[in-house]
Amino acid sequence: MATAQLESRPNILVDNWQRILGFGVPIAFLIWYIADDVVDGGARLFFQRLFDGLDNGAVYSIVAVALVLIFKATTLINFAQGELAMFGTFLAYVGAVTLGWQSFTIGPIQAGLILAIIVAMIISAAAGSAIERVLIRPFDPSDHLPVVLITLGLFLILNAFAAFIWNVNPRPFPSMFPDRTNFIDVFGARLFYDVIGTWAVLGAMGVALYFILQRTKIGLAFRAVSSNTESSRLVGVRVGRVLMFGWALASAFGTLGGSMVAPKLFLKPDMMALLLIFSFAAATIGGLDSLVGAVVGGVTIGLIQSLLVGYLGDNNSAFIILSLAVAFAVILLVLWFKPAGLFGTSRVERV
Amino acid sequence: MTDTSNPSSSNGASSGPPMLEVAGLDARYGEIQVLRDITFNVPTGDVVVILGANGAGKTTTLRSICNMVTCSGAINLDGQDISRKNTADIVNLGVAHVPQGRGTFPELSVLDNLEVGGYVRKDSLDDDIDRWFQMFPRLKERKDQLAGSLSGGEQQMLAVARALMSRPKLVLLDEPSLGLAPLIIEDLFNTFRELNQESGVTMLLVEQNANLALDIAQHGYVLEAGEIVLDGPADVLKNDPAVQDAYLGA
Repeated sequence: MATAQLESRPNILVDNWQRILGFGVPIAFLIWYIADDVVDGGARLFFQRLFDGLDNGAVYSIVAVALVLIFKATTLINFAQGELAMFGTFLAYVGAVTLGWQSFTIGPIQAGLILAIIVAMIISAAAGSAIERVLIRPFDPSDHLPVVLITLGLFLILNAFAAFIWNVNPRPFPSMFPDRTNFIDVFGARLFYDVIGTWAVLGAMGVALYFILQRTKIGLAFRAVSSNTESSRLVGVRVGRVLMFGWALASAFGTLGGSMVAPKLFLKPDMMALLLIFSFAAATIGGLDSLVGAVVGGVTIGLIQSLLVGYLGDNNSAFIILSLAVAFAVILLVLWFKPAGLFGTSRVERV
Repeated sequence: MTDTSNPSSSNGASSGPPMLEVAGLDARYGEIQVLRDITFNVPTGDVVVILGANGAGKTTTLRSICNMVTCSGAINLDGQDISRKNTADIVNLGVAHVPQGRGTFPELSVLDNLEVGGYVRKDSLDDDIDRWFQMFPRLKERKDQLAGSLSGGEQQMLAVARALMSRPKLVLLDEPSLGLAPLIIEDLFNTFRELNQESGVTMLLVEQNANLALDIAQHGYVLEAGEIVLDGPADVLKNDPAVQDAYLGA
């Protein structure tokens, strides 16, 4: 009996040799191909690309976390997540630039800008929960297609609405961190303070989320609903309120992510389109229902873009096109071996 | 212990006002009528069992009480009409529901499962958690494990303990014996008896396992194709030839 079990235990190498060959050979070839470039490029180029990758990765992570929050609550992908973040960032822009709050600083701290972002996050949270209540709640949650169509419609509406109010021209968005004339020198590579700042924001968001989900009653209810909605109802959880809470959190964190990326990309209605694709990739790699996975996935995508694609294609115009393809290849690779993602729950239950 | 060989006489609370009164209950899923004019009572402090085959409407009856299906009819809890209240309010009024298939939260730890069970309470849950850990020591050993990793029997214990965390007046149990080994079922039903007799928890039990269910119940109803076809004291039902034929495999 025991030997039979030993024999039948799946061996990932043996059972997947075709897949390993299929992906392994091209990957080995890629590594061999770029190894030269990495050595030739020297430490400075390597660290610069590493920092760039971490920088982009942090932003992907923040938006991916927002996607995962809604997926955990409702098992649906919110296609409007990016546009909600963009709209929220415009609200922060109104506070910081249009109303001029950004001129209010305390020493080196951009208090006015931070206040504008926080106010925008609160408004986004309210708007997010209103969207759940008015647009999502009336539909049967087990039928995903109508809800997916609604989030797609919301995507278009928010995009058009933002363009209508603020037009489509890119606007500079103030950064709450020191500008890029300030950096730490690492082997000649520049580690900008705003990269460190973005990571600090991601870290703070992680701590806040951990506290909310693990230490508060609404967090417990959120985890219960994402685990078993019907049983949550039977223990007296008001599921609708919990879903509104999930949408509020995701919208607020989306706005935070948008406000982090806007200084780098300029603020415009289609700012999040590409970013959303990479954040989807990040969330998928992580497993769609894992917050840790979303962060790991975000960093993975960021690093792949800057390191792999950076060394592969030296000219800039091909970069974005290639990085889209590579992001997709990575999703395929991960899902092939681990259908539930790297950190996702594969829903195996003992009966 | 009180006389356990004849439970129907061991409980004197049967004469009190009913904890739950259901009258003229109809339920339908779309075109199909699942329950037809169901009427029954659960006296305070008693265990009442609803027997029936698969598809008879047992689960729907329990779900109607918690307003989880669309239904019509009178449902009174402790004299209060709950037929139009939403599920969360009904739980707040003291009804706990252990759904079929246990309904634990697989991705939450055992401890978190219990805490969710006490969601409607505002006071500290620590005493109750200790109490149910004493009754189910195996849950205590596994308190930090994810509920999804427990065995079927352990999950059923967890589902029961979780339901009790809300300090309910009335516990609805939906086929707790389903999929469990006979020895574990016996253990579980002994626990139910203990809870009823020592803690005075009123229970409405839905079962196919008529033998054990009638052992711990004071009163039983037999549900067939959405209608109550028979009812009576548990010991009378146990000796009823029709019940013996259909549910006791005699």
